[in-house]
Amino acid sequence: MSNFFQSDFFVDFAYICASILFIFGLRMLGNPERAQRGNLISSLGMLLAIAVTLLDQSIISYQFLSIALIAGAIVGASAATTVKMTTMPELVALFNGFGGIASLLVGSAEFLNFNALNFIALSAVSLTILIGGVTFSGSLLAFGKLSEILDGKPFLFFGQRIVLITFLLLGLALSAEIIIDTGILGISKLAILASLILVALILGILLTAPIGGADMPVIIALLNSYSGLAAASAGFVINNNVLIVAGSLVGASGVILTQIMCKAMNRSLTNVLFGGFGAPSKSSAGGSTEIQGEVKPINVADSYLILEAANSVLFVPGYGMAVSQAQHSVRELGELLEGNGCDVKYGIHPVAGRMPGHMNVLLAEANVSYDLLVEPDDVNPIMETVDVCVVIGANDVVNPDARENEGSPIYGMPVIEVDRAKTVFVLKRSMASGFAGIDNPLFLKENTRMLFGDAKESISTLVSEFKS
Amino acid sequence: MDSLFILLLFVLVLSIFLGFELINKVPSTLHTPLMSGANAISGITIVGALLSSGSESTFLTTILGTAAVFFATVNVVGGYLVTNRMLGMFKKK
Repeated sequence: MSNFFQSDFFVDFAYICASILFIFGLRMLGNPERAQRGNLISSLGMLLAIAVTLLDQSIISYQFLSIALIAGAIVGASAATTVKMTTMPELVALFNGFGGIASLLVGSAEFLNFNALNFIALSAVSLTILIGGVTFSGSLLAFGKLSEILDGKPFLFFGQRIVLITFLLLGLALSAEIIIDTGILGISKLAILASLILVALILGILLTAPIGGADMPVIIALLNSYSGLAAASAGFVINNNVLIVAGSLVGASGVILTQIMCKAMNRSLTNVLFGGFGAPSKSSAGGSTEIQGEVKPINVADSYLILEAANSVLFVPGYGMAVSQAQHSVRELGELLEGNGCDVKYGIHPVAGRMPGHMNVLLAEANVSYDLLVEPDDVNPIMETVDVCVVIGANDVVNPDARENEGSPIYGMPVIEVDRAKTVFVLKRSMASGFAGIDNPLFLKENTRMLFGDAKESISTLVSEFKS
Repeated sequence: MDSLFILLLFVLVLSIFLGFELINKVPSTLHTPLMSGANAISGITIVGALLSSGSESTFLTTILGTAAVFFATVNVVGGYLVTNRMLGMFKKK
């Protein structure tokens, strides 16, 4: 191997090229027509960075790392190719956690490797371990909640904030000890490191546990941002530019997604993180009024007649569509309606589902053209002209209380105003409240008809009605 | 403060601003692939992991580094593949 390929100049140059590829790749991910190519370009950047690093002189033994590389590639590839689109949020959360733990391990190894790290490197070690640990345990908990291994509801207990602050201070104190090394605690370097890791993992759980249900997209986006910041921080430990560039790009994109999600729910990030929204509220005496009215059920045959006569139909999917796997039947019904001369659109709320863009992925999987997917701002102004809105397993994102009831916990949240359409069909398993645990007066509106039963079954029956 | 740190800090600040500019206008259709694609990029920590794993200083650090390589590889390979798979489905007809 020639020396040129191991020179600092070559390595740094390759890292710059990798950074440029990441930047272009990320930019193209924002455009539906070029996104796939963008992802490919960014993966080439990663390949370049890995290849150059493997040539590094400080790597003496390839034995362990090649086993780890191959094993990781097999696990990652098989998970990515076999996962069902409905379980995508879980997988993204899991991968995210793996990035976090990798940064944590890098920071720990560097800390144990060198006795003479300077102040800056030691601060970066502490930060990497704290952020990496929070990312890891937080993502695993999110994975558990999303895959329903764990209860998805927000978990709140008395004195939660005090416990959180205690652990935060403990983490800071341990970090200070790592940086200054006073020896006050009288324990070894390894023991201090282990305690800091433990505190970081507990912090991740404390931060994620109170968040559940409809707030999951926010925490997923936030954890995504953390994994980038952990990598950037690891870059300061090993003085590496490409880690800092790539990590902070991811950190920034995660922050933007988090902001978009918060805005779509009209809530601040602090409110999401500490509000415990959706938990059974103890003091609902004042604001909540019993909703009066009558639920008007409809059967499939009657809904067919209405849909058949409709000139414009808007489908509004929610998490329920993912649960019943109804997206393929929905696409079929949509195509039949279009064939019938009807204008079909899909209204997608940014926080519908359990992950940013969840519904879009499902509908794309079912082959729905992405230019038929519209956002609330596009469809709300013309809602009066829509003949039929078909709400499939969505609840909070179509709740009129967000506009009408100031006492409602979701008051002020931008929603898809389906109740202003001429007719609304709500596909629902039964009369139970949605994930956020709040009542939805939409079900009682004059123009609302409830189509009870499994969403996929109802839609499939409608499809066969159209075909016969 | 050493000058290398200042340089790295400079890179950090510019990259964060660049990140905000790059991602600012992403249609909600692409939120999931953007997230999982960005997530794959955060696996860049694999560079540090490879160096820790291969440098053979002590047994413990080699183990830590090797574990880091494994996790980062899952993140990178899985992240890119799953993003590619998702984006392959986004079509306009």
